[in-house]
Amino acid sequence: MKLRVKDLYKVFGANPEKGVAAAKKGMSKDEIMSRYKLAVGVNDVSFEVGASEILVIMGLSGSGKSTLVRCINRLIEPTAGLVEIDGIDVTKLSENELRLLRMQKVGMVFQNFALFPHRTVQKNVEYGLEIQGVPIEERAEKAKNAIDLVGLAGWEDYRPENLSGGMQQRVGLARALASGADILLMDEAFSALDPLIKREMQDELLALQGRVGKTIIFITHDLDEALKLGDRIIIMKDGRAVQVGTPEEILTNPANDYVEKFVQDVDITKVLTVSRVMRKAISVTYPKDGPKTTVHKMKEEGLSRLMVVGKDRKFLGVVEVKEVTAAIKRGETTLEHVMDKDVPIVHPDDNVGILFPETKYPVAVVNDENKLVGIVKRGSLLSGIADFGGTDGNV
Amino acid sequence: MEMYKIPIGAWIEQVIEFLTDHVAFLTHIISSIIESGLDLFVEWVLFVPPWLVIIVLAISAGLLSNRRIAIGTLLGLGLIWNLGLWEATVATLALVLISTCFSVLVGVPFGILSALSPMVRKIVMPVLDFMQTMPAFVYLIPAIPFFGLGPVAAIFTTMVFAMPPAIRMTCLGIQQVPENLIEAADAFGSTTNQKLFKLQLPLAAPTIMAGINQTIMLSLSMVVIAAMIGAGGLGGEVWRAIQRLWMGRGFEAGIAVVIIAMILDRTTQNINVSKLWRKG
Repeated sequence: MKLRVKDLYKVFGANPEKGVAAAKKGMSKDEIMSRYKLAVGVNDVSFEVGASEILVIMGLSGSGKSTLVRCINRLIEPTAGLVEIDGIDVTKLSENELRLLRMQKVGMVFQNFALFPHRTVQKNVEYGLEIQGVPIEERAEKAKNAIDLVGLAGWEDYRPENLSGGMQQRVGLARALASGADILLMDEAFSALDPLIKREMQDELLALQGRVGKTIIFITHDLDEALKLGDRIIIMKDGRAVQVGTPEEILTNPANDYVEKFVQDVDITKVLTVSRVMRKAISVTYPKDGPKTTVHKMKEEGLSRLMVVGKDRKFLGVVEVKEVTAAIKRGETTLEHVMDKDVPIVHPDDNVGILFPETKYPVAVVNDENKLVGIVKRGSLLSGIADFGGTDGNV
Repeated sequence: MEMYKIPIGAWIEQVIEFLTDHVAFLTHIISSIIESGLDLFVEWVLFVPPWLVIIVLAISAGLLSNRRIAIGTLLGLGLIWNLGLWEATVATLALVLISTCFSVLVGVPFGILSALSPMVRKIVMPVLDFMQTMPAFVYLIPAIPFFGLGPVAAIFTTMVFAMPPAIRMTCLGIQQVPENLIEAADAFGSTTNQKLFKLQLPLAAPTIMAGINQTIMLSLSMVVIAAMIGAGGLGGEVWRAIQRLWMGRGFEAGIAVVIIAMILDRTTQNINVSKLWRKG
């Protein structure tokens, strides 16, 4: 395990231990507030994160997610519990050891970027290395690599104020990457960006993660973002982790009403895969079948389109009833001339979201070996989505 | 029945008397060192032809801020030279320069300390209120037994009077550095010193400069008043004119003070702080 958090509590106020004891006895956040005048920020949270995993901590504002992430690098001092990075108990580190940990192991990216306005992009990215006392040339080179990695080559000498929001956050990301930290804490890193840029940054973060394999703790209040980025998601409420699970687990099996309420608003089309809504293609036709046989099959199934497959169900194309009827009139005996080979196809792992632009159903589902594994009919698509609890209803 | 009067004045006199008895020998040594340094500096500047000094000052003002101010400096100092007030002006400038340097050297570190430590701030701020609201003339009296009549007593009173803005604005500038930037610096493992020199001071620089500008202006006004205890310079000219009712001469010296004030103010106000940033 890269990071382990166990029985973590953070209580704000004088004599916070009293609050921890009360919380352990099962007293609620509000009760503790009214009785002891103590604010419970994080209440009995435990989780583990593996190397190269993206863990998303999700919750509304005031749910304790920002406090929780700051307990990891002790920007906020935890009141009780254990935080372990690579087997080392962070809560026991001396001030100097803690600074070393922050310098070398844990990088952080902030919601409002928190770039240093008096430094250029290059100097911002160098900051972590500079305070470690890394020699100038080495520091410049490492910073340059990080800047290239986030796609900001050429902007090194600009001041942050001259960059757009998305670019500023790339600088923030590069600054966290430059020091070589293998854990990244990202606190609402994309929340201040407009939706288009946000999506672009999410894609790039995933691509980057594929290349550099960092362990990422990502804080967000946006469930769509959580589902997209998270290998696993922790949902927080009132300082507690109300559910921990993979995106699919959380969607299909919400632990309680609170999680369910969140999930209701999710655009299911973004997380539901094609394999969940496709049906077996029971009736298909083969190139050697004559047009007459094909029309017969279509009539039987009530379809206007039929998939054409070859040996081993290799997907070849689609025929339309109109075309086939025309072929019969022309006296053709094979489907060669009427088969449409160049039709859009989908993969079983694709999100169903990509299906909606298709106007012609059924759509062929084809796997990596180019075999037809199923079809998606319009009806089964909609009922599949409905089974998941519905979407915004604007499908 | 006569009301009992709390003898604050008597107490203060006792304290000062005690200090003069036991500390004055030291302050007199300091006084003579500074005075001879000051004399040497003034003599050295007066040895150079005024036109050369004026050109050098105009160019420096231009480099620090902009061309308009360089031209203003050239014309203003030219007028002063023409009025025959060059010597007095050099003496005044030297006093302002030294008072400001001392004020900044003492004030900025105090400002930093009060920004970083609430304890220090709680002590320093009331002292500053006292220093700033006490009528400036009052400081002139105890300065004499310690430093003797002359420019060093003037420098001392000027420091007391002019230092508060340097302390206050340094403190304010550092406190105004956004919390999220401090947090970011912490998150990367900065030490207190690294945070101070790499983040807080560079970002506070414009505010600190505004404080220094205030210190310079207050120094100038106090240096003129300090002519009453023998500071000399332009203040001395004004003082002499008052005693002899030389209205014209008084105004000429007054105009010279205004010119100096304008030059110092405009130059320090327009110092391009982002030029300072680039080095940091």
